[in-house]
Amino acid sequence: MIGWFLDNAPRVWSLTLTHAWLSGVPLVIGLAIALPLGWMAHRLPRLRLTIIALAGALYTVPSLVLFILLPLILGTQILDPINVVVAMTLYTVALLVRTVSDGLAAVPDEVRLAAVAMGFGRWRRLVGVELPLAVPVISAGLRVAAVSNVSIVSVAALIGVVQLGSLLTEGFQLLYLPPILVGTIACILLALIFDLVIVVLTRLATPWLRRAA
Amino acid sequence: MIDVWTWLTSGANWVGTDGIWHRLVQHLEYSASSLAIAALIAIPLGLWIGHTGRGRVVAVSLANGIRSIPSLGLLFIVLLILAPHIHSGDAFLIPSIVVLVVLAIPPILAGAYAGVEQVDPAARDAGRGMGLTAWQVLWRIEVPCALPLMFGGFRSAALQVVATATIAATVSVGGLGRFLIDGLAYRDYSMMAGGALLVGLLAISVDAVLAGVQRLVVSPGLRS
Repeated sequence: MIGWFLDNAPRVWSLTLTHAWLSGVPLVIGLAIALPLGWMAHRLPRLRLTIIALAGALYTVPSLVLFILLPLILGTQILDPINVVVAMTLYTVALLVRTVSDGLAAVPDEVRLAAVAMGFGRWRRLVGVELPLAVPVISAGLRVAAVSNVSIVSVAALIGVVQLGSLLTEGFQLLYLPPILVGTIACILLALIFDLVIVVLTRLATPWLRRAA
Repeated sequence: MIDVWTWLTSGANWVGTDGIWHRLVQHLEYSASSLAIAALIAIPLGLWIGHTGRGRVVAVSLANGIRSIPSLGLLFIVLLILAPHIHSGDAFLIPSIVVLVVLAIPPILAGAYAGVEQVDPAARDAGRGMGLTAWQVLWRIEVPCALPLMFGGFRSAALQVVATATIAATVSVGGLGRFLIDGLAYRDYSMMAGGALLVGLLAISVDAVLAGVQRLVVSPGLRS
């Protein structure tokens, strides 16, 4: 396995970069979409049930199904990596909408009232008080999304989108274990790196938690 | 779109050993047997961890570890290691079921121990105060109160298994995944998309059925 890795290191590296791109970009876009949606779900209880039910249904659809059906909806080619980016963004949004709304709901009432008493408007309260306090909850959701994105992207190798999953399918076709092991370990390491980045960013965004500890 | 509809509605595609009905039954068989085996292992273990509080750290880190392994990689690795040792016709099926079981255990386990852990200690103490034995506390208080979370875990395991059983078609086992993988190999997009649509519907129906069972089984007092 180590010999195979050394012989193929440049290719493994470039596949890892593609994989990081395909699973990381949807994480950022997904978070950007889930924040306003989660806020809406939190503010409007009637909309909340609809949004959460839709997100749940979306999360139910297996990834391979989404990879195959999206070209039909988007009018793209089946091999187009954009399908994978869209599918992963949908999963990320589906997972995070609920987390964002739960995180905002978990902000203690007395904190909210204190902000009102200090003359904070609705917008300043959201950005300055509620969102920062919801960061730990949102970050926990983001970590789950990151790990599952990395794993799901590898499935796209079955329809021919090249990334670390391609090492898995190649190894299986040759009935040769080394590329499969290298691809799997690279996926796990990539998930670990995403996880670490999110943990570090969360610590930077929540200095008050560090002082308390 | 129209081709997909034609593929789905032509009767010839539904019958025979490679027809939709047979593939659907296979898919359900693989999924149900994997879930049953996983539940037999994970529920008692999860209840024990939740009840005693022992082994929690090991269970959590094991579950997180399994979650970060890509299921496609796990499938191929287990297959390449196990298949040469199986000499019956099931050389591909048994490793696939093993992988489905391994993937189903963490969510079921997490649902069971988290469910028992979050039971109101006052309810537990009340049971003990009424003279219930440890077993009675477990079966009459902790398990009923833990059911919503246990169902949550089981439902995510079911989704995971239905989805991964589709992927297992790559290693030439049956199930609805055959249409996706064969359609790809023959460049028959309507077969592929039709199969994908069926798998999506199956996943949504399985989850809906389990949600219905959950409504029937969980005590009305616990519904939020």
